[in-house]
Amino acid sequence: MINKTVKDGIEAVSDIENGAVILIGGFGLCGIPEASINALLTTNLKGLTCISNNAGVDDFGVGLLIKQHMLRKLISSYVGENLEFERQYKVGTLELELIPQGTLAERIRAGGAGIPAFYTPAGIGTHVADGKEVREFDERLFLLERWIKADFALIKAWKGDTAGNLIYKGTARNFNPLMATAGKITIAEVEELVPVGELDPNQIHTPGIYVQRIFQGDNYEKRIENQTVRK
Amino acid sequence: MLSKKQIAQRIASEIKDGQYIYLGIGIPTLIANYLPEQLEVVFQSENGLLGIGPYPEKEDMDPDIINASKETISMVKGSSLFDSAEAFAMIRGGHIDLSILGALEVSENGDISNWKISSGLIKGVGGALDLVASEAKLYVAMHHCHKDGSSKLLKHCEMPITGIKCVQKIFTDLGVFTILPEGGFKLCERAPGVTIEEIKAKTEGRLVIKGEIKEMELFAQD
Repeated sequence: MINKTVKDGIEAVSDIENGAVILIGGFGLCGIPEASINALLTTNLKGLTCISNNAGVDDFGVGLLIKQHMLRKLISSYVGENLEFERQYKVGTLELELIPQGTLAERIRAGGAGIPAFYTPAGIGTHVADGKEVREFDERLFLLERWIKADFALIKAWKGDTAGNLIYKGTARNFNPLMATAGKITIAEVEELVPVGELDPNQIHTPGIYVQRIFQGDNYEKRIENQTVRK
Repeated sequence: MLSKKQIAQRIASEIKDGQYIYLGIGIPTLIANYLPEQLEVVFQSENGLLGIGPYPEKEDMDPDIINASKETISMVKGSSLFDSAEAFAMIRGGHIDLSILGALEVSENGDISNWKISSGLIKGVGGALDLVASEAKLYVAMHHCHKDGSSKLLKHCEMPITGIKCVQKIFTDLGVFTILPEGGFKLCERAPGVTIEEIKAKTEGRLVIKGEIKEMELFAQD
């Protein structure tokens, strides 16, 4: 099997260039590639376009890239209460494109699957439809949406092997498997990296073909945005 | 006038055995607390889970198990996990039986506006645009009026809309309304102690009242 292991996040992101388009996995702070984000923070990259379901919080996740003024554009479904994002958006240094969450997921899936565009009902009659082709099928209206592909995909899985096969845990799966397929270079970080042959092929979520680089991250913080417990 | 919990309680009585259900944030989230125990229903979370359980005990909190409000949750027996594209395939594909969402405004022809707006900025919509575009039944749970007293049941939505002609039923602190095919809010029930005059005064869109309107029954207290 092809060995895709790199030493760490720093090595994994070392050839990302200014202005690159980057997919970043996760939903809120769940399942985000913490180590790759931290590695990006050690670079002086500028003008990145980040495609991620959310914008993180001011001091964690994608929010850290915003705080360090590394992003030119953010493509998300919901940006939440991120004050630094708001500030940069209001002065016009950070562009925002809001996409319905299901459309975002499907556009990324389409990008990875070689489908250049598809019709969806989401957004009909709203400003999301502005400038897009509308077509009727079986007496309902649908919008034409384009695929999304990126230069890099930074994703996080629970376990992986050196061939890039990945298994996710819980709801930390979210956008990660989709993004894995849509990056020209997909960088996977895992909590546990095992030799080829140790993962059960029946249980693999992302086949290794989609992954170009893999490494084991350490000291995962896995911050919880809203701690809620039974009363 | 009903409390948020009582609105949730009233909607809970509409839920049927065997349904797959999506609950939005706000009042809809409370509904799960008021379901009769013998009812078997499954709640979907758009971030990739069928089978949302109650909040966990403190020692069982897992940062990898959260709901769409980014809260720690548990999973019920028989749950399944999947990616975000699959989550929306089951929404768009009409596999979810019933969605219950909060809203900023609903118009008399069933348009809905429920963007998340704060500090004057549209913060996004998450999965609501996909949900309202699906063929699932769509109920709305919300206060009848904004904090300044202006009506949320309008002739036309004033804020940017998230979906057109998609709402079937609205549950507010004042009553229960269905959207008529020809347009209009048909009053079905009124909350205990709320008069038809009050509902008329607080509904900006076309209100349709036919026959006697009974007071709703709420069984549990609180």
